[in-house]
Amino acid sequence: MAFRAASTIEFSGISKRFGGVVAVDDLTFTVEPGVVTGFLGPNGAGKTTTLRMLLGLVRPTSGSATFGGSAYHELAQPLSTVGTALEASSFHPGRSARNHLRVYAAAAGIDDGRVANVLKTVGLVEFADRKVGGYSMGMRQRLGLAFALLGDPGVLVLDEPSNGLDPEGIRWMRGFLRALADDGRTVLISSHVLSEVQQSVDRVVIIRRGRSVFQGSLDALETGSHVAVDAADRAGLARVLLTAGGVVDEVGGMLRVTGIDAIQVGELALSAHLPLRHLATEHVGLEDVFLDLVGDPERSGETA
Amino acid sequence: MIRAIRSEYRKLTSTSGWWILLLILVGYVGFTAALLAGLFGALGEQLAGTQGAPQLDSESLPPIIYSTTTAIGYVFPLILGVLVVTSEFRHQTLTPTFLATPRRWRVLAAKLVVLFGAGAVYGVAGVLGSVGLGAPILALTGNDAAIDSGETWLLLARIVLAMAIWAVVGAGIGALIPNQIAAIVVVLAFTQFVEPILRFAASIWAWTADVGKFLPGAASDALVGASFYTTLSPAAATATLEWWQGGLVLIGIATTFAAAGAMTSWRKDVT
Repeated sequence: MAFRAASTIEFSGISKRFGGVVAVDDLTFTVEPGVVTGFLGPNGAGKTTTLRMLLGLVRPTSGSATFGGSAYHELAQPLSTVGTALEASSFHPGRSARNHLRVYAAAAGIDDGRVANVLKTVGLVEFADRKVGGYSMGMRQRLGLAFALLGDPGVLVLDEPSNGLDPEGIRWMRGFLRALADDGRTVLISSHVLSEVQQSVDRVVIIRRGRSVFQGSLDALETGSHVAVDAADRAGLARVLLTAGGVVDEVGGMLRVTGIDAIQVGELALSAHLPLRHLATEHVGLEDVFLDLVGDPERSGETA
Repeated sequence: MIRAIRSEYRKLTSTSGWWILLLILVGYVGFTAALLAGLFGALGEQLAGTQGAPQLDSESLPPIIYSTTTAIGYVFPLILGVLVVTSEFRHQTLTPTFLATPRRWRVLAAKLVVLFGAGAVYGVAGVLGSVGLGAPILALTGNDAAIDSGETWLLLARIVLAMAIWAVVGAGIGALIPNQIAAIVVVLAFTQFVEPILRFAASIWAWTADVGKFLPGAASDALVGASFYTTLSPAAATATLEWWQGGLVLIGIATTFAAAGAMTSWRKDVT
């Protein structure tokens, strides 16, 4: 791969206020080369605004975002440094995919030969001369990705790349992102659904209402498991488990135990002669942790 | 800058809007030129035989007929300019455009350059329509089509120049009014309704005529040097600019709009 050096993306104290609304609030994080970084948050959390500030499309109220120290507009060869797919609607409906790419290849001084290359990479060759107006959402996503790849950039910034893709397309995208990161490129993808990117990201930055609420690896996000158990004498069972050093809560008409695994719980109950009604290990899904992080008690309290 | 110009050229030629407008222009101008040539060509003789009737000088006929290209056709390059700029907003293609060319003024400057060229192409096509149909009909009705006259060729060159500048004016308006429908409504309302009334009203007194000659349509007619509107205008007090003054006024209008647009909508956040 002959792409230009993959630079590190740095957001430092970046904020954006639209009128009186704070869309992005003092965000600071770094995106490293060679890994896929997920930029997560519910719709309206400020992800797209943050990415648009990074790309010089939206002017930050304060703070900065740079690629290896340079702002986007300072890059000598922007499309060959950073590849971007922001949304699936930035096309003239009356222009063919091939011409769409040729327009921007000309603007960036990229050889027209790349157009055919990227069309092939994203699997659009047979539709390349059709007007984009007739494209499906999935085809538009692929064309957006082709635009991002046009300059063979070392950095990729993709906003909701899986939106509108069918399951096969999502699997293809996953493998594709993996390959890009394995090449040593810097890959930043945003999503509002953790499960969509869970299998392709190495690191996540989670924001809620424009503020960072978590940064780190997916493993650090995972909180493990607990045991759900119940007996006719629930209070008696709770006493036994507490004595054995477990943390016990009563949740949903059952005990939730952490600190003791299911085998130990079974043995403790047997030795205390407490017949069990239920015993199971429950895993806390990433999605639950994610929703806990981004959940908005104030908003969910409002009536729809 | 060369890259941006090449990109804008590809944008313009890769959608069908430009040649559809061009075909309508040629048809409209050609039809009108043919009609006027037939009408005046035949009328001139009749008037000449009538005592006291206003005379249509046979020599004034070719400029009137050939200049239908600008007199009625200038809205086409104007609309083209408006469409080229506003469609970037409408289809949100400003996002990839500014990603590829982050120095935004370059994009606008490239559009002005490409539209100047496209407007000139419209001018040539319009002239082909007005001369192509007007000249043979003038000849058939026994008038001099003046095709071998150097003055006619200078007139045609000024027509092409005016059409080129009109396309640039359109781009400026598009940058100033990014909403496509609003921009087109404003352009049509002004060119088809507001300006004709203003020009007529301005021609009533000498001092208003001095102001009215700076209206864009009046400046364009001055640049071209002929228009059946001014030739047939009832008022004697119609002041006109020199052809080069008219050109400068039109260029001034174009650059003022473009600069104002560059400082407003063009600098805004692209969301």
